[in-house]
Amino acid sequence: MLEIKCPYCGKRSQNEFSYGGDATIKRPQLGEEISTEDWDNFVYYRDNPRGKHSELWHHVSGCRQWFKVSRDTATHEIFDTCKMNEDFNV
Amino acid sequence: MQKYSVFSLVKNAFTNHENWEVAWKDPEPKKEYDVIIVGGGGHGLATAYYLAKEHGITNVAILEKGWIGGGNVGRNTTILRSNYMFDSNAHFYEFGMKLWETLSQELNYNVMYSPRGIINLAHSDAQMNAYARRGNSMRLNGIDAILLGRDDLKKIIPFADFSETCRFPIHGGLMQPRGGTARHDAVAWGYARQADSMGVDIIQNCEVTGFDVNNGKIEGVQTSRGNIKTKKVGLCVAGSTTLLADMLNMRLPIEAHVLQACVSEPVKPLLHNVVTFGAGHFYCSQSDKGEMVMGGDLDGYNSYAQRGNMPMIQHVLTGGLAVFPNFSRLKMLRTWGGIMDMSMDGSPIIDKTHIEGVYLNCGWCYGGFKATPSSGFVFAHTIAQDQVHELNSDFNLERFHTGKIIDEKGVGPKPWIG
Ligand SMILES: Cc1cc2nc3c(=O)[nH]c(=O)nc-3n(C[C@H](O)[C@H](O)[C@H](O)COP(=O)(O)OP(=O)(O)OC[C@H]3O[C@@H](n4cnc5c(N)ncnc54)[C@H](O)[C@@H]3O)c2cc1C
Ligand SMILES: [Zn+2]
Repeated sequence: MLEIKCPYCGKRSQNEFSYGGDATIKRPQLGEEISTEDWDNFVYYRDNPRGKHSELWHHVSGCRQWFKVSRDTATHEIFDTCKMNEDFNV
Repeated sequence: MQKYSVFSLVKNAFTNHENWEVAWKDPEPKKEYDVIIVGGGGHGLATAYYLAKEHGITNVAILEKGWIGGGNVGRNTTILRSNYMFDSNAHFYEFGMKLWETLSQELNYNVMYSPRGIINLAHSDAQMNAYARRGNSMRLNGIDAILLGRDDLKKIIPFADFSETCRFPIHGGLMQPRGGTARHDAVAWGYARQADSMGVDIIQNCEVTGFDVNNGKIEGVQTSRGNIKTKKVGLCVAGSTTLLADMLNMRLPIEAHVLQACVSEPVKPLLHNVVTFGAGHFYCSQSDKGEMVMGGDLDGYNSYAQRGNMPMIQHVLTGGLAVFPNFSRLKMLRTWGGIMDMSMDGSPIIDKTHIEGVYLNCGWCYGGFKATPSSGFVFAHTIAQDQVHELNSDFNLERFHTGKIIDEKGVGPKPWIG
């Protein structure tokens, strides 16, 4: 069982959350010329590291906020969590 | 190579089974090979076998960082099927089903192919319509499919919950009678033994740690047991694909996720088919030893850990008990997990790459065991001829740029949902 610290509510069990995937992918800027390659990279390509991974989680059975988690994909250790507009401390 | 038969069994009984030949050797790596296959799972072993058998290429090494069969090929729930609707999938997996039917004879090794039938349960009129459509397209592709009604299923799985007030009442189901199971270890060992007998070196405890690429061309691999030269490399490393692609500066439409399974204590014969209860994220078959082999969804977040977490086991078994309430007093024997190479459209990638002599076989998601023979067959062709086989021509990397993706499940590029 993962224990995830929601930046709004504090530590809660994994059962309260749902996952939103890689937090580093950025949608190409609206209103600007987007190359096919940028678009394909955004939709389909991921870094998929073994180790530290920035990812989105949703406190769906709680405050319903989205936030960021820095987690190790091999050990599941959670290094830090923060709000969407913040950066990790570690 | 010693042939396995009832006569060799009797003969060896006289010497207390102490004089059987080893099934495959344990060679030192040579300085150079014509082809190196990275990964001694089902796909790597099958590829080497078909390289030797179909293309006469025998100066081949399989490099495996652990032991052969220690990866997903030895961790899966062994379901075989070709119940797909899209042509590219249907043709590829049906070709595989035909190989399964004669694999024990071909390998002179009992892979225990058991065409016990796979049944997908349906719970609404809409789902019955969708299954009728799927079944029809399967039959148009020459694949067996039967639409079962509620009364048919009452005879096949009388112990399921057939009440009309439950959350997902059983309306019927789609059955592929030739679908079923096989013994996963035997598949790995059978391919290994035949490949070895034709001259393939199976090198275990040999981790690939880097590649020598010069002018866009592969020249060799670096391993924990030294550098080895080669002209061609085939990657068959399943859940580790991104880690090796990183060494080649290749970015892929792949995410690693863990899938778990579990088995109960053995009980007397009860469940004679493979049954999937998709609405409850649960599927089950009964092993020849009597254990209920059960599985369900991915843990749901990126993972390279070959073990899972309890919440998903609980979730899967909760669904299981909804459909088979009489399983409630079964004791659990063990649970385990494997790392899945989840592709962004749920379909595999078997292709050449931008590096000359590097070939890619990945994206098997949770369904690559059934593809072992067909994947090995077409990947061997792709490597030997430096050209894709018609059966894997749609499983290319290009599709993530051309838009011709093969999204059979229709969930989009969010593998943890599939
Ligand atoms: C719980 C579970 C249930 C499943 N159920 C089914 C099912 O019912 N039906 C079905 O069709 N499929 C199923 N699958 C999927 C199926 O098991 C896989 O898709 C398939 O086995 C992958 O191909 P493989 O056998 O070649 O992989 P693997 O056996 O994982 O082989 C890859 C090998 O590469 C090796 N390797 C990795 N990195 C390196 C390196 N750097 N150097 C050298 N070697 C390396 C690994 O050690 C490993 O042995 C299931 C999987 C799991 C985990
Ligand atoms: Zn919260």
